[in-house]
Amino acid sequence: MNPVVRLSRRRFLALTGVSASGLLLGGLVSGESYAATHGSEASGQRLNLFVSLLEDGTVEIIAHRSEMGTGIRTSLPQVVADEMEADWARVKVVQALGDAAYGSQNTDGSRSIRNFYTTMRQMGAAAKQMLEAAAAERWGVPLEQCRAEQHRVLHSDGRALGFGELAAAAAQQEVPDPAALTLKSREQFRYIGRDVPMVDLHDITTGKAVYGADVTLPDMVYASIERTPHLGGRIASYDGTAARKVRGVLDVVELKAPEGAPGFNNVEGLAVIARNTWSALKGRKALQVKWTPSEHSEHNSEAYLDALQEKVRSGPGQVARERGDVDAALATAGKVIEAGYRTPYLAHAPMEPPVTIAVVRGEGCELWAPTQNPQATQAAVAAALGLDKAMVKVHVTLLGGGFGRKSKPDFSVEAARLAAHVGKPVQVAWTRGDDIRHDYYHSCSAMFLRAALDEEGNTTAWLARQATPPIGSTFDTSVNLMEDGDLSQTFGSVPFAVPNLRVESHEAPAHTRIGWLRSVYNIPFAFGVCSFVDELAHAAGRDPAEYWEAMIGEDRHLDFAPEGFEFSNYGRPIAEYPYDTARLKNVLRTLVANIPWGEKLPAGQGWGLAVTRSFLSYVAVASKVSVADGKLQVLEMHGVIDAGTVVNPDRVQAQMEGGMIFGLSVALLGQIDFEGGAVKQSNYHDYPVARIQHTPKTIRSHIVPSEALPAGVGEPGVPPVAPSIANAVFAATGKRIRELPLSQHFSV
Amino acid sequence: MTSFTLNGAAVEVEVPEGMPLLWVLRDELGLVGTKYGCGIAQCGACTVLFNGQAMRSCQLPISAVAGAEVLTIEGLGTPDDPHPVQQAWIDEQVAQCGYCQSGQVMQAAWFLSNNTDPSDAEIDAAMAGNLCRCGTYPRIRQAVRRAAEMLAAPVQTFDPLTDSGEG
Repeated sequence: MNPVVRLSRRRFLALTGVSASGLLLGGLVSGESYAATHGSEASGQRLNLFVSLLEDGTVEIIAHRSEMGTGIRTSLPQVVADEMEADWARVKVVQALGDAAYGSQNTDGSRSIRNFYTTMRQMGAAAKQMLEAAAAERWGVPLEQCRAEQHRVLHSDGRALGFGELAAAAAQQEVPDPAALTLKSREQFRYIGRDVPMVDLHDITTGKAVYGADVTLPDMVYASIERTPHLGGRIASYDGTAARKVRGVLDVVELKAPEGAPGFNNVEGLAVIARNTWSALKGRKALQVKWTPSEHSEHNSEAYLDALQEKVRSGPGQVARERGDVDAALATAGKVIEAGYRTPYLAHAPMEPPVTIAVVRGEGCELWAPTQNPQATQAAVAAALGLDKAMVKVHVTLLGGGFGRKSKPDFSVEAARLAAHVGKPVQVAWTRGDDIRHDYYHSCSAMFLRAALDEEGNTTAWLARQATPPIGSTFDTSVNLMEDGDLSQTFGSVPFAVPNLRVESHEAPAHTRIGWLRSVYNIPFAFGVCSFVDELAHAAGRDPAEYWEAMIGEDRHLDFAPEGFEFSNYGRPIAEYPYDTARLKNVLRTLVANIPWGEKLPAGQGWGLAVTRSFLSYVAVASKVSVADGKLQVLEMHGVIDAGTVVNPDRVQAQMEGGMIFGLSVALLGQIDFEGGAVKQSNYHDYPVARIQHTPKTIRSHIVPSEALPAGVGEPGVPPVAPSIANAVFAATGKRIRELPLSQHFSV
Repeated sequence: MTSFTLNGAAVEVEVPEGMPLLWVLRDELGLVGTKYGCGIAQCGACTVLFNGQAMRSCQLPISAVAGAEVLTIEGLGTPDDPHPVQQAWIDEQVAQCGYCQSGQVMQAAWFLSNNTDPSDAEIDAAMAGNLCRCGTYPRIRQAVRRAAEMLAAPVQTFDPLTDSGEG
């Protein structure tokens, strides 16, 4: 039987929300616009790039960032609506196409609020002013006498006009200069700082939300791809005869990979094209394919990490940051403490594996993808097909999790190449096995730390070395050394007031595609740094919380330049977002004040804590564990975040909860191993992630009230978790675990 | 040709032998609320009610579905008239990315159809097979408790196969 339910083109256009994609008016954001060259299906009067208004009063607000669970499709429009004085109940959020006109759409790096908070306020305020100007014109009164309030413009004499009535006239108004706009004061906020529920909440909960694989096009075929098990492998030979005989299979297609660094290109593979997913999977099982070896096909991750660990222990690396004379301080110290730490490769494993629907028609390509970065998808597909970027149209669906995986559009390039070959719409859907085995892996890392303590136990020298294959290797295969930008994530930017300090980097050539994963290098580096501070506290016989304060030292803004270190500060000027040790200590103090730190616990239980600054936010996490009969259980987790100004506190709470549980997966369970260049794990049974039973009964987060500039929220909850748990394990058992995951040492 | 009842309506499909119900729902019937997550019953994203019991639809070959009654997320409730479990999920603002939540909701709906006064341990045991990579577990626990209260209220009754919204 033929499928009984197919979405019409009109329906899926509605579902994927292209209706108000847009015409650029007013120049509030500059750039090339897809919609400007291809026309638009805008249903309302466009007031600016992000806001249009229908005659019935509906306000359409463009969400240009991708929704992968942070609530960004709600919180940025919430900012616009607030400044615009729009009634939230009459706001419709419309997902943007990939289009440079919107500025960066790369939903990554915990940047959406911090980079667009002011822009969105200006968009709202500009729209409001145009509505006020339209009303003033209609009434023939001075602008000063008109004031927008909750979807109406009011005149001082009591007259009022609804936003809808003013739509056409407002769109004709001159677009105000953003710099000249008056933004609201904090007391005037209606929505900013409030728990506005996610706009997608009802659809998600009733199964109506549209993710990547939920888009269906007429005549669409389904592809499943067998890929080279090791980086750089190519098809040596294959036999697709049996696969072609599987009912429903239409074709077997070689998918060549270009030469050079992996970048966002597809890896080499053999695709089975079929009438449905099941036939494609069955056909794929029937493939016979042999792969050529490569320089990476002997990669063994355990031996590799052993070698890195030996390297960082035994010799000096390239100096990235230096203060005082570490060697002299170590040579004369009363007590020297040293420790090596290591962390494994990790896979992102979002619940929705990578997927893309692509169709090539005429001279253009159109894609539907759960992408964190539609402009990167656009660029990568254009390059792969030899098209102008303007001829590649990328629709962003909801993402079933991203965590950094879906900002690498290799899977969309696969779909585009196959669509060009097949001449029909093609869905490329990755299996979980594909996802686990062909990720852009979170880098493994080996670290070595050595410190000198004086007679009071104060740290007088801090030497930190690491070897970690860098993300840069994915784009340039000659890159094998962490630079200051990489080391800015915790390892090189430690805020310690020790007189002698040196940070070094060793080469670590990559043997797989290395990519960023939620909080990136902060994961290994916070584990090493925050574990070692705990070790020093215990070596000094001092309370770890007190010792952290001593290590951080007096209130100040850190200046890395005199120590030869180019601190990237997550892409923001240090003058705008200083590294403020007072805020760092404040999250620590707030944490300790909110938990029974120092309480007398039964044998086998303990508290541990860790403090980090990442993505411009300050976070402290404490964990309470029990260890009994070899079984480790995390009983409580408490987090404190200072993220500056917060738009939607409930979503920040949710990100902290989720971030801490993501960190729990890292601490307890996550490990990807390579053998013979190939990943050994294949699904959630051998790459486990935290389940409900791993989740502490008590998990709380506290948001520090702040009027500082907004900082990141999606990632900063992750880094302190693993060291807090390892430190708690030490407190509970006296056993110091210096490698992740902890499941190597305990049943979890 | 295989006949079964889907969200209260009779359906017939003709698909390759062995095709799991998950792909019948998604590719053949266009009911995409049920999600693929692992294909080996490790994540629960594809959970449906099969003859009243929560099952992983990726493990149900079409041959096993003949004559059965299947309820999917689309049949449980609607945005205008959500099932109590869905209402509890909305009230607690459980979802982050939301991809796993169809399966979570179906699992909880089945669990609570048998137990309206669950202990914390029973909730964890019942939901142990449903992964959420976003880490919404604390809110899932709260939502299950809230739904249990709603379902335990005397005016509420719940039979997953008759109380199935608009189907």
